[in-house]
Amino acid sequence: MSRRSRVAPLLILAGAAVAACAKTPPAPAPAPAQAAPSVDSSRMRDSLANAKRMADSASAERDRLASAMAAARSALVAKIFFDYDKSDITDQGKAILDAKVPILNANPGIRIRVEGNCDRRGSDEYNLALGQRRGAAAKRYLTDHGIDAARIDIISYGAERPVAEGDAEDAYSQNRRDEFVIVAGGDNLKVAAQ
Amino acid sequence: MMAGLALVAMAIAAAIPAAAQDTSRTGVHIGLNYQPGTKPGVIVLPIVGVGGDTAHAMIQRDLDYADAMNVISDIGPGLDGVTVNYALVQKLGAAAVVQALLTPSSLHVIVHDVGKRRVLMTRDYSLPATVGAADWRMVIHDAADWIQQAITGSRGVAATRIAFIRDGQIYITDTDGADTRPVTQKGGGPLSPQWHPTGRFLTYSFFAPRGTQIAVVDLTSGGARALTATPTGLNSTPTFSPDGNSIVYTHGEENGTDLYLVPAFGSDPARRITVGHGTDNTQPTFSPDGRRLAFTSGRSGHPEVYITNVDGTEPDLLTPFQFGDDIYRASPNWSPDGRLVAFESRVNGRFQIETIALRDRSVKQLTSDGINEDPKWAPDSRHLVFTSNRTGVRQLFILDSESGRTRQLTFGGPARLSAWSRSLGSP
Repeated sequence: MSRRSRVAPLLILAGAAVAACAKTPPAPAPAPAQAAPSVDSSRMRDSLANAKRMADSASAERDRLASAMAAARSALVAKIFFDYDKSDITDQGKAILDAKVPILNANPGIRIRVEGNCDRRGSDEYNLALGQRRGAAAKRYLTDHGIDAARIDIISYGAERPVAEGDAEDAYSQNRRDEFVIVAGGDNLKVAAQ
Repeated sequence: MMAGLALVAMAIAAAIPAAAQDTSRTGVHIGLNYQPGTKPGVIVLPIVGVGGDTAHAMIQRDLDYADAMNVISDIGPGLDGVTVNYALVQKLGAAAVVQALLTPSSLHVIVHDVGKRRVLMTRDYSLPATVGAADWRMVIHDAADWIQQAITGSRGVAATRIAFIRDGQIYITDTDGADTRPVTQKGGGPLSPQWHPTGRFLTYSFFAPRGTQIAVVDLTSGGARALTATPTGLNSTPTFSPDGNSIVYTHGEENGTDLYLVPAFGSDPARRITVGHGTDNTQPTFSPDGRRLAFTSGRSGHPEVYITNVDGTEPDLLTPFQFGDDIYRASPNWSPDGRLVAFESRVNGRFQIETIALRDRSVKQLTSDGINEDPKWAPDSRHLVFTSNRTGVRQLFILDSESGRTRQLTFGGPARLSAWSRSLGSP
């Protein structure tokens, strides 16, 4: 299933909204300034309504920001899958890897580990080498797109860490994968500027 | 008790014609006469002494597992452990009779040549104190191997151990399945254990935070040390050289995998062997003279078995070339006598154990039931231990490559990635 990443435009929107919003929490509704008998109750209602709108808007922005950060984290750890006995990056895999690049660029402190895995068929020992090739393929794609190689570790788990058990293609295809783990710098993810 | 045993010993001694009291020496062997191409019938007499029943059962089982003798176990009440009635045992079909006497500290074994109606060989073993303990059992196995050599000319493999992976740990087991126990702590996900020729060490790979590493564990102390200096990369499938001084293993980072050699106990840096140009080259196995390696390589586009000199020169495809898809040969293991390489080969979608002869490249398929992988030779170059899923869960099986007879070695939790030690007894 090939789809363009919608994360980037969402992040632009969220970034703009956050920038427009005050960083401090909204002020509480102001108390009536004087005890004069002629308090304008409609003006008080207006200012209360205004304050509530500002509070709602700030809360919504915080939610949007949290959601954008979650989307960024999700894109960083999204898995890619492989064909049987192959370590070539598929078109779907490329799209998923493409989505990681801007987030890695926006957060230079992040280090990731690529974990290469295989389905259970064939020699367990040969599968360690195949898993390493799958991890290296993803790393090479990311470094070809400008990410510093020192930020990416590779480890192969061969067929040792299946996510799906059993002997059917459904299980096999889920297991032929690279997983991506954030090993450092993953707190306070900055959403990408572009 | 001692007086009773002494009497029995005297009775046995009295039954042996003095002139035929041979003691075997290495290199001197007097063969038993039996029809070539048949298996000699063997009777193991009841064994006198504490632990005698256990020793008797073990020796009988070991001789049966050798697949080279016909063990006659149903011998009726007419035979005791003290005197050998040659006429009677001959009628029962025996060509050889085994007689043994246990004391708390020794085992005395006598092998009789039934046809010649005399003692063929005798041997004495010191026995550790505790009946049934691991070291006691190993002496009994050692005796069985010697008995087999006396009768058939070929030494048995009962006095060996098999290492394997179960439940994220390295286990070792005796060839009769006894004394199965882990030798590593949980954690680290060890794989691919291989024996040092002395049987004292195992090398294996384990998962570390930033890569897979090679380690060596000393079985006498339990202490393990990591061999590989690099914290990153894939380091896997280590194997000791036949002289025990080196380890060859697979190493890869971002451009395929190659074989490297490193001192097993020194600090010299690793030296590269294969030049795979980004392909995978893994699963090394030494020729018995230590000068060549067979290994698995994906350089042709799919895994095949190759041979190279240990200096990396003259890499050559071993497994016969076949056109078409679905070719996958891996997990080679060179027989200790140098004649054959066993490997796993995908046949009609399932892996089977095959052997290829170095001399004429003839191939023989040894299994057909289920998926069968990862063959490892016994020191006799005849038996193999391998992993099979034929019972529904992966377990280790032992196969006699001559007769095809197969027996299950492990039971319980799934077992795989085995390795067969050299003889742990005394020659």
